[in-house]
Amino acid sequence: MEYTILILLLPLLSFLLIGLLGTRLKPVAAGAFGTTVTGIVAALSYWTAFRFFGAGRNADGIYATQIPWNMEWLPFGGNLQIDLGILLDPISVMMLVVISTVSFMVHIYSFGYMKGETGFQRYYSFLSLFTMSMLGLVVATNIFQMYIFWELVGVSSYLLIGFYYTKKEAVAASKKAFIVTRFADLGFLIGILIYGFYTGSFSFTPDASVIGTAKIFLPLALGLMFVGGAGKSAMFPLHIWLPDAMEGPTPVSALIHAATMVVAGVYLVARMFPLFIEYAPAVLHVTAYVGAFTALYAAVVACVQSDIKRVLAFSTISQIGFMIVALGVCTSADPHEGGLGYMASMFHLFTHAMFKALLFLGAGCIIHAVHSNEMSAMGGLRKYMPVTHITFLVACLAIAGIWPLSGFFSKDEILAACFNFSPVMGWVMTFIAGLTAFYMFRLYYSIFWGKENKELHAEHTPHEAPMTMTIPLIFLAAVTLAAGWIPFGEFVSSNGQAYHIHIDWAVAATSLCVAAAGIALATWMYLREDRRVADGLATRFSGLHRAAYRRFYIDEIYQFITHRIIFACISAPIAWFDRHVVDGFMNLQAWIAEKLSWAIKGMQSGYVQKYGIWFLGGALCLTIVLLLI
Amino acid sequence: MEYYLVVSTIMMFVGIYGFLTRRNLLAMLISVELILNSVDINFVVFNRFLFPGQLEGFFFSLFAIGISAAETAVAIAIIINIYRNMRNIQVKNLNKMKW
Repeated sequence: MEYTILILLLPLLSFLLIGLLGTRLKPVAAGAFGTTVTGIVAALSYWTAFRFFGAGRNADGIYATQIPWNMEWLPFGGNLQIDLGILLDPISVMMLVVISTVSFMVHIYSFGYMKGETGFQRYYSFLSLFTMSMLGLVVATNIFQMYIFWELVGVSSYLLIGFYYTKKEAVAASKKAFIVTRFADLGFLIGILIYGFYTGSFSFTPDASVIGTAKIFLPLALGLMFVGGAGKSAMFPLHIWLPDAMEGPTPVSALIHAATMVVAGVYLVARMFPLFIEYAPAVLHVTAYVGAFTALYAAVVACVQSDIKRVLAFSTISQIGFMIVALGVCTSADPHEGGLGYMASMFHLFTHAMFKALLFLGAGCIIHAVHSNEMSAMGGLRKYMPVTHITFLVACLAIAGIWPLSGFFSKDEILAACFNFSPVMGWVMTFIAGLTAFYMFRLYYSIFWGKENKELHAEHTPHEAPMTMTIPLIFLAAVTLAAGWIPFGEFVSSNGQAYHIHIDWAVAATSLCVAAAGIALATWMYLREDRRVADGLATRFSGLHRAAYRRFYIDEIYQFITHRIIFACISAPIAWFDRHVVDGFMNLQAWIAEKLSWAIKGMQSGYVQKYGIWFLGGALCLTIVLLLI
Repeated sequence: MEYYLVVSTIMMFVGIYGFLTRRNLLAMLISVELILNSVDINFVVFNRFLFPGQLEGFFFSLFAIGISAAETAVAIAIIINIYRNMRNIQVKNLNKMKW
């Protein structure tokens, strides 16, 4: 399967070509080229998946991990070295399919959405760069290669968030995203170094014999790696960059900040899962609590946001929380006893990528139609945009977890795993699932039903998006409808053996009831035009409402800590020390040298004979000294 | 042997004195040549009296004469150029190169 290297090389080629040719390329040509390449990559990924899973299980009942391509890149001496290569196992193949599919859809969609933008070519070259780095991340053969692509993903995310670089908010958002994730990646890097130092390799599966001595440090290393993962995956309290990242173009939000890059942290934990479960189960459970708190926090905040992309951003954070929880509640590697969460998490990653991309692309159509992100500019759009309406509804039902859409199946597995872990965790997550249904339908009703913003719509009638934008919507909606029936456990499970998904109807019924209750509540509060109940609640609990709207002041706390404490109390004195003491010392030296040279420059008179006398005198002095000694 | 050395020493110090006191570049050049020639004499004398079987001193003095001829040529060229530019070759006027 050596052709898998093309999956990485083609997008890289596309990035270099479109990026270097730049505006010398016609926008349509750049877009067509990028889209074709991504299409080929998607086809290759499907073919790889087909071949990989088609090859069948080996004697142990698992799909054998394949490394079709590998090269030694940086030998460090000893047996520590960094390789670059391609590793195919069930989760990386699954991720290949997800990423290339969503990326391909976004490429097509961007034709319509970005039409006429300046920097169209730049946009497509960055998309290719992102696709390349994300694919490289998932097929990494070792943790260090993963880290390299991890940073590349961060860079392309930065470039794409700051795509509208003349807009101040976009620039600030891109900086924030980069700095916050970079700060978290520091933890990741330290974790990798500790891991590499004590186990003597960067491989995902070190020899058991080497582990023996490293056992005490593995929980620390894995915990630090999770910090990096939490930064990328927007776990509390490192989530602050993701809502702001919505300043980027909407298809970018769909691709990077909903479907692929933000699940890199989940993927990382899944990748290190065998080590987590064997050597650091406590750390794994800590991640579960972090994930659960994040999911709750983000769901509450999502209930009151007014910008549709912000609602979707918080919903993404919340859903990633679900995935992390599912991984964290695993207690053993056997899917039949405590290892169910791994499969559930990967399943939810897969389905979430599809329906969240669909939601974002739908939101893009709506923003395209009304030229605003605010819900107040929308309302009653169902008459104008039928295709967007239906596909958006499908995605909302899926994320709410309604049978038979894909979200139901994956969320059900997550909840079952949580109930296996502890009833408290199960009920908390069920409650959050209900909240999810509520805020998604609040969003849905506010956009497509409710009071129409007549004066805004009179001057600019909303219209259905062009074909290039609706086709990806329809495709993703079809996937969302069908994906739940994929026997996912047959392909991916915590120990690699086949796991037959059976729906736990007690859990499923509870979650369905809760979801239905959430939807009903949203219907009652937001379907009608006057929204008396919702506004009444908002005024009665105005303090809580405002706090939630301001995201519980987490950004302000960060602002306070960074500016008032770190900048004012630590950075400013250091800067003073640097400017006055360090620079002062250097200036003093320069000043002394200058004065000294002024004092002695008279000796260079220009008269040759004076030099001669000095020379003679010196020579005589030396002679006398030599004679005396 | 001492007589030769006395002559060379006198030549040496005459050269140094001339180099330091003459105001004319050409005269200074001649003084430098005197110093060089005194050294050549020393080489020859030491070779002749102390190491009669060997020829290094002779060769070295021949070599030094050759070098000094080249050096004189360069110096003359410089002096002529200075004369073209400044219309005189008095040392005291040549202080353009100071700090």
